[in-house]
Amino acid sequence: MSRHAALRTVVRRRAKVDAADRLKLAEALLGTDDLATCAQRALDWLGRAAGATRGLCLVGPPDTPTVLEPIATLGVRGPRVQSFTLDLEAHDDPLVAASIGLGASIFGRNGRPAPRTPLESGRFIATPLHARQTLEEYPVGLLLVAPSDPDVEAEAKWVAGLLGPRLTALRAAQRRQEGERRILRERTLLYNIINAVSDPILLTDTEGRITVANARAEALLSAGDDEGRRRAIALNNMLFSSALTRRAIEGAEPWRHELLLVDPVDGSDLLFELLSTVTVDPREGTGIVSILRNVTDLRRATQEIEENYRKLRLAEADARAERDRLDLIIDSVADPILVTDPNANIVMMNAPAERLFTADPAAGAEARRTVQANDAHFSSFVSNLFFEPGAMRRSGSIGLVDPRTGAPLPVEAISGKIVSEHGEVTAIVTILHDRTEELERARLYEELKRASSELEQKVREATAELTRQNELLRRSHFEIEQASAAKSQFLANMSHEFRTPLNAILGYTSMLLKGVTGELTPHQRRNLERVDSNGHHLLAIINDILDISRIEAGKMPLTLTQFDLKDLVAEVLAEVEPIISRSQLAVTSQLAGDVPLLKTDRQKIKQIVINFLTNAIKFTPQGSVEVRAGYMPDMDHIAVSVADTGIGISPEDRERIFEDFRQADNSPTREYTGAGLGLAICRRLAGMLDGAITLDSEVGRGSTFTLSVPREVKRA
Amino acid sequence: MSPRRAPAAKATPVAAKAPLILVVDDFADNREMYSQFLSFSGYRVAEAQNGHEALEKAFELAPDLIVMDLSLPGLDGWEATRQLKADDRTRVIPVIALTGHALAGHSKGAMDAGCDAFITKPCLPERLLEEIKSMLKG
Repeated sequence: MSRHAALRTVVRRRAKVDAADRLKLAEALLGTDDLATCAQRALDWLGRAAGATRGLCLVGPPDTPTVLEPIATLGVRGPRVQSFTLDLEAHDDPLVAASIGLGASIFGRNGRPAPRTPLESGRFIATPLHARQTLEEYPVGLLLVAPSDPDVEAEAKWVAGLLGPRLTALRAAQRRQEGERRILRERTLLYNIINAVSDPILLTDTEGRITVANARAEALLSAGDDEGRRRAIALNNMLFSSALTRRAIEGAEPWRHELLLVDPVDGSDLLFELLSTVTVDPREGTGIVSILRNVTDLRRATQEIEENYRKLRLAEADARAERDRLDLIIDSVADPILVTDPNANIVMMNAPAERLFTADPAAGAEARRTVQANDAHFSSFVSNLFFEPGAMRRSGSIGLVDPRTGAPLPVEAISGKIVSEHGEVTAIVTILHDRTEELERARLYEELKRASSELEQKVREATAELTRQNELLRRSHFEIEQASAAKSQFLANMSHEFRTPLNAILGYTSMLLKGVTGELTPHQRRNLERVDSNGHHLLAIINDILDISRIEAGKMPLTLTQFDLKDLVAEVLAEVEPIISRSQLAVTSQLAGDVPLLKTDRQKIKQIVINFLTNAIKFTPQGSVEVRAGYMPDMDHIAVSVADTGIGISPEDRERIFEDFRQADNSPTREYTGAGLGLAICRRLAGMLDGAITLDSEVGRGSTFTLSVPREVKRA
Repeated sequence: MSPRRAPAAKATPVAAKAPLILVVDDFADNREMYSQFLSFSGYRVAEAQNGHEALEKAFELAPDLIVMDLSLPGLDGWEATRQLKADDRTRVIPVIALTGHALAGHSKGAMDAGCDAFITKPCLPERLLEEIKSMLKG
């Protein structure tokens, strides 16, 4: 009954629950940071304000949130409470179902069996404790309150709504503190480890500022007490930053570099090997981890070893240099040099000798045989010197073969004995001299001699051939001369054959005209005169042809005499007088006063001048003809010109008129008679006298023919 | 030189004492032409056709002058002249050589043979007459 009365009391007291009580609970919950205290105050409030007789608050420990354990009790205690746990993984447990539900579950009412709990009584309310009124996987705890009462149920729900978030918040804070403690522990451990390392270790940021440094690093790089220490540390910092800067520039990783620092304690040099690696952390950013390894002692030891090694090398080099010098001298001798012991074994040789007496391992069997043969020849030569006790030297020829080329190598060998103080032969030195060139020279000389004699023979043959050709040429020349002579003879004969009948024609005509056979009628006389005229013309042509053939055959003799040009001109004018008087022309002569005596062929000069004059008269219908003569001292030439006022000669005809059988007008109906050989002959005659004929003419105005010849013909 | 202007010669009667000219030429037309003109000019004329005849006539007639053509059949003019000049009976008789050969060698050969003058054909009768006159005068 009392229990019922108590219930009623609760109900009554329940009605007294007001806002102030609720505020008090809320303040009490916020006023404590401990989960158990919080839970206990909530249970106590339910017992006092809502009339709950028993209660139990279950909360999961921080590390295992799936197992709920009692942390506060109301009206119950003892071992059952101590040992009670609720495994949230056990899904068939009705309490677990209540824990993970949203609202409160009432057990022991309406015949629903209550699970075993430390609350003992059959009825109780199980309310899950959540942070908020949302479904979470696991609640932070479970609130069990008995006896079942509608007011208690509602109050339990309200308390759970207040307690759940608070416990959750406290649990979270609890966990955070736990984490921080763990991090601190790890950090301390890390520092201890780093500090325990005997090498300085540093972490620097990208700016080169030191973020982390172990004790060894700090000893080197962190500010010290006294002045000396500070300076050393400043210097070390500078050296270290500089090394890091270089590392940043070079950018290779991992990066190894030697760094020389100063010991801040005693000021001695410390050599470190700086090994730095770039670390990239998403939160902390890029940094450089540098480890300095003290290699001062190592370096010192290394240097000592190196120095000892260097000394050793120097001593060795000195010893070898002496030998090398000797080798060099021997090797620089182009001739092979060999030193043999008394058993004729080679003990030393220079490079040229090696080529002859050692086989390249890579060389073929042929080269090895050659080397053996060379060796045999050489040994035999040297041995002979041993068998001549008195002789100190020996020289001779050896026929060796070059192993590289297989070419024969004749050499001149000179061997000399080296005798010890005790008079015994210790070695034999042999020098071989290549005789190839010498022999080649001799061969070339022989060849040259042979070539020379061949050449001589060829020259002899060529000379003989030349002689033969000359003979042929001479004969052929003779034949040509004969032919030329035959031609001249033919022309002479022809001339004779023409002249004989012409002599009769002209003779009889002349006699008839002279009236030898009686007087002639005028008609007969005219006709006879024509016969006579044509006969003379024919004779002139024959004479001209004869002249040309004589000149060409070289049978026109030059008859040189000394004479006065003035006389010659007078003679010509006198001879041509009959033609002049028939012509009605004014023919004059003009002679310079300074013309010296000439020495040339008078007859030929005369012939040319007569030709000029008769031509001028023939081709000048009216006007005048003038014969001029002058002397040109600068050339020592005389010039005789005949100038007329005749028909003139056109430029295109000026050369033609000097050709054989030419007149300017060569047509059959031409106006002027004449064979046209006159100027051709004149030009040839002038040539014989080393002179020339020039012509100056203008059509319709007249012509001037000029003969220019040396005053004296130089040749016979 | 031109005959046209020469004055016509007058025929002269041949005097008994007129000089005797022996004309030697194998070509009858020339020989007779000269003979005719020389006769016309007042000379006595004898003729020979070749070298042998010339020698015979020369020895036989002892002419005052001989006109000798050099190209003769058989004994030629050079040889005939040489023989005449070699003989005492005929050595003094002047010989005028006549030739149709105009080459220089002929003239020299004629002089070497002993000819006293040398004329190249064609030779007009007047020209020969002048030469004869000048020869006989000397």
